[in-house]
Amino acid sequence: MTELPNSTDRKMGLVIDLDTCVGCHACVISCKGWNTENYGAPLSDQNPYGGDPSGTFLNRVHSYEVQPADGHAQLIHFPKSCLHCEDAPCVTVCPTGASYKRAEDGIVLVNEDHCIGCGLCAWSCPYGARELDVAEGVMKKCTLCVDRIYNENLPEVDRIPSCVRTCPAGARHFGDLGDPDSDVSKLVAERGGMDLMPEMGTKPVNKYLPPRPKDQIEEQIDILAPLLAPVAEEPQGFMGWLDKALDKLPGGAN
Amino acid sequence: MTFQQPRVETSPPVSDEVRKTTCYMCACRCGINVHMKDGKVAYIEGNRDHPVNKGVLCAKGSAGIMQVNAPSRLKAPMMRTGPRGSGQFKEITWDEALAIAVGWMEPIRHEAPEQLAFFTGRDQSQSFTSFWAQSFGTPNYAAHGGFCSVNMATAGIYTMGGAFWEFGQPDWDHTKLFMLFGVAEDHDSNPIKMGIGKIKKRGARVIGVNPIRSGYNAVADDWVGITPGTDGLFILSLIHVLMKAGKIDLDYLSRYTNAPVLINAEEGPEEGLFLRDGDGKMLVIDRNTGKLTPFDQPGVRPDLSAVYEKDGITHRPVFHLMAERYLADEYAPEAIAGKCGIPAKRIRAIGGELARVAFDEAFELDVEWTDFRGEKHTKMTGRPVSMHSMRGVSAHANGFQTCRALHVLQILLGTVEVPGGFRFKPPYPKPVEAHPTPHCKSTPDTPLDGPHLGFVRGPEHLALKEDGRPARIDKAFTWENPMSAHGLMHMVISNAHAGDPYKIDTLFLYMANMSWNSSMNTKGVMEMLTDKDENGDYRIPHIIYSDAYSSEMVAFADLILPDTTYLERHDCISLLDRPICEADAAADAIRWPVIEPDRNVRGFQTVLIQLANRMKLPNFTNEDRSPKWKNYADYIVNHERKPGIGPLAGFRGENGDKEGRGEVNPDQLDKYIENGGFYVAHIPDGADYYKPWNTAYQDWAVGMGIYDSPQPYLFQLYVEPMRKFQLAAEGHGERQPPEHLRQRVKDVMDPLPIWYETDQQGNEGFTVNALTQRPMAMYHSWGTQNAWLRQLHGRNPLYVPTKLMREHGLQDGDWAKVTSPHGEITVPVMEMAALNGDTVWTWNAIGKRKGAWALEKDAPEATKGFLLNHLIHELLPAKGDGMRWANSDPITGQAAWFDLKVKIEKAAAPQDLQESQPAFPAQESPVGTGPKELKWKVGK
Repeated sequence: MTELPNSTDRKMGLVIDLDTCVGCHACVISCKGWNTENYGAPLSDQNPYGGDPSGTFLNRVHSYEVQPADGHAQLIHFPKSCLHCEDAPCVTVCPTGASYKRAEDGIVLVNEDHCIGCGLCAWSCPYGARELDVAEGVMKKCTLCVDRIYNENLPEVDRIPSCVRTCPAGARHFGDLGDPDSDVSKLVAERGGMDLMPEMGTKPVNKYLPPRPKDQIEEQIDILAPLLAPVAEEPQGFMGWLDKALDKLPGGAN
Repeated sequence: MTFQQPRVETSPPVSDEVRKTTCYMCACRCGINVHMKDGKVAYIEGNRDHPVNKGVLCAKGSAGIMQVNAPSRLKAPMMRTGPRGSGQFKEITWDEALAIAVGWMEPIRHEAPEQLAFFTGRDQSQSFTSFWAQSFGTPNYAAHGGFCSVNMATAGIYTMGGAFWEFGQPDWDHTKLFMLFGVAEDHDSNPIKMGIGKIKKRGARVIGVNPIRSGYNAVADDWVGITPGTDGLFILSLIHVLMKAGKIDLDYLSRYTNAPVLINAEEGPEEGLFLRDGDGKMLVIDRNTGKLTPFDQPGVRPDLSAVYEKDGITHRPVFHLMAERYLADEYAPEAIAGKCGIPAKRIRAIGGELARVAFDEAFELDVEWTDFRGEKHTKMTGRPVSMHSMRGVSAHANGFQTCRALHVLQILLGTVEVPGGFRFKPPYPKPVEAHPTPHCKSTPDTPLDGPHLGFVRGPEHLALKEDGRPARIDKAFTWENPMSAHGLMHMVISNAHAGDPYKIDTLFLYMANMSWNSSMNTKGVMEMLTDKDENGDYRIPHIIYSDAYSSEMVAFADLILPDTTYLERHDCISLLDRPICEADAAADAIRWPVIEPDRNVRGFQTVLIQLANRMKLPNFTNEDRSPKWKNYADYIVNHERKPGIGPLAGFRGENGDKEGRGEVNPDQLDKYIENGGFYVAHIPDGADYYKPWNTAYQDWAVGMGIYDSPQPYLFQLYVEPMRKFQLAAEGHGERQPPEHLRQRVKDVMDPLPIWYETDQQGNEGFTVNALTQRPMAMYHSWGTQNAWLRQLHGRNPLYVPTKLMREHGLQDGDWAKVTSPHGEITVPVMEMAALNGDTVWTWNAIGKRKGAWALEKDAPEATKGFLLNHLIHELLPAKGDGMRWANSDPITGQAAWFDLKVKIEKAAAPQDLQESQPAFPAQESPVGTGPKELKWKVGK
């Protein structure tokens, strides 16, 4: 068993906007690229050109269909990576201390030198956010790009996780969710940001912004229909309207 | 264990060097930072300074690292040793390869240049490849636009001097309502995602019109799950309700469109053409004076209402004809709701919302500008409604008129080139008059008489021989499809095999997977490519193919010219070609070899120069018979289309300080590299809206070399060139359509947008629409060889709506037999609820032939993957008249992929193999297969 820090100075995490995520997987591959080349062992791929290709990813996008009782079915794209929980069961379950939560920023990491690849952490994570790298035999997970966000070799503007930097739709936000005045905390407050599976008691740091209500336009017909009131019922009437309307234009007769 | 925390290196070195170039993982052409370690590619990210992507990058772009290490990369030139289709080759030297190619092509050039058909696929160097083909002298050149989105491009140019994507974009900073028609995820991908993100953040509304609610439609606030092929009818109904309510921008229509232009009503050869003065200028009635006057005179107020009476004939303005047509009850929402599969109430609500946002949310920018009539304006009126569309509405045989209708809707609302609306990107706006006409006169040992592709103004510009037969192998610019501005690549193999209109000797293809996912009737095409005549010779005698990868098409070629990957080559993304500009800036870019090839491959454009030099092609050869250019980089820098205008607009002149026009700068490529691989020239403030009519923009464009003189013009609600074809069909003029096409030309070449049901002959009993789209994380067939991307989209079930799943007793993982009038496939199915109830679809080009792309034979792409292409024929079902009717738009020749109708039934799993049907024997892989494991880390 490994202990969590009593508290963390900051709670760094992601806010993911499900209203805007188009499911393009840009974050998935950018993450794969950065983390294959950087922190720890490369994210390996087994059978990359074969029958059942299977590689290690720290971030995946799932798509779910939602069928409301009334109205059209909807498709929700749902990116998922480690949520850097305050009460992270993956840390407390670790037999070697390899899994840990950083005291300064709350990032949950795996010290690969101490990881024995037992898989207990992946089993304990209710979100399925950890993947065992088959080639290296160590547990891999989102590092929140700990090797980017403080990296003095990167321009300041780029000291954000790779997935956030690349997201074309701007659906991913990074910041300190422990600071109520941070941009991400304000966004969560404004948009009703949610915990994923709060009933699990893990207190995830990452938050999801829910999709806005959809398919409302027909309900606004009472406001919109009057805008389409015909100017005249007969074609000749239309021409009469046209003449009057033209006279009202700038430079017109009236 | 008590809390303990190891020290983590939080500032590791990121790379040795960053090389900035242009992505080519799709056609979007984003700027990328290629991080290098030990001379190898370590990581690819978006370039924050780049005008297209501003730092972001899609999945494809980031996966570029897996493209440059792909095991499917061809290694050396190859000569076929086994039968066509087998994939058996031997490697040869470049000297041998070039000699063989010249040995086939040079005699053709001396005798009958049209016997070379040179077609390029996803070519981003069309101004160069067309220049090469023109110099060779063959009329048979085009790229892949004919089977992609020519309807969109052509309808846009004819209507308003530009279309979507490369031509223009929504004013993302101001728009409040964005309406998206059809699948659009595969082009302009990052800018649209960025735009959607930006406007949703502001709370703007997104309406998606698409039978499939995936991708952008999944995030749309309102989804319109329209019946495929009926978008035009839906749009005309919106036009109906808006016109009827007077919710149209009359001021805009009278000033900037041909709505007030008078139509000749006198029976005869000019009926339906514009009334013009002696200088050819369109005539309007000036509302100030009531007099007939040229449209462009200072102070004139063109009248949308007044008619012109002469000799007892009433000549009416275009707007009268529009009112007469679109106010008719046949376009009422209630009349079309059933056909479109959209409740009338929903159509009215959308019409109301368009009216509300365009007019009630109109705003003004305090920006002064002067129009082409010399009138000064103190403000710019914003109408914050914008629209976008791409392949979805294009790929139907009524797609041209649908795209026209869409642009007419935008124009009626006054939302084109105004704040908040749709804005052109330089070199657009560009009226039809500023484009070339097609040219097809080929003469031995002589360049073609002009550019191959262009915009016909009437029957006089058709590419017909003196006897009326088609001059081009693809029958572009003929009565079958008069406005086929991008050619018909999808008909080349079929026509060449049939010898219709004539036989060819050599088929030369670049980057086009024509034996697989880029052809209709894939099985038939494979047979055509391997078919032999009575002498035992292939019916298409020689096939030369250039590709960077071991695609399905490689197996069918006789000679392979291996291309480089995109990080190993020079390219230019030119204003002469398919530019990457923004609405407020002109921009172009280069690619440069950020790594050197580790194989015996050459950039295709350089190979074309080497072929030209061996053949001493005119335009490539100096007077002393020495070659003008040694490679593509040399051409990019030193070629001048006109004095001072070359492929790249930036850093011109001796000192590299001129833009647009300027002398050749030998250091130009270095300057581009220093600048991040691109160049941007900003449009001055006040010149950035109302561009077609704004004198400040027009003057800037002349300075940039975009025009030689100002080109203000009117938007063409009524397209006069179309009327000219109708007149011919009515019996006027010397060039007459053949009798079997006369009525069709008259019907479809309507100068005002119409909707018609596409040809349904043979579709009896086939009631389900079948569509394809590309996932956002892949582009055409290249994606599947990519170790990372194929883990995202390695399978393509047929997505079937809940209703049809129930009707046919299907469950996820079951197999269904899908039949069209042309063929049959057996494929796995998956239920999708967010889908039009009479539509099925799948991802395109996931399915692979065994042995291709260096994949192992049990790859899911090659076992369960499938192509819908087997169900789509390049010809319509025979009509019993002996004619070969193309499955294409009768106006542009656009391949009508999405007109496909099928029926489905539950099937047993095919054999024991669990393979989709039809299955084909494997091709041999000239490059073997990839490794069993990847641990790709290039840094120490």
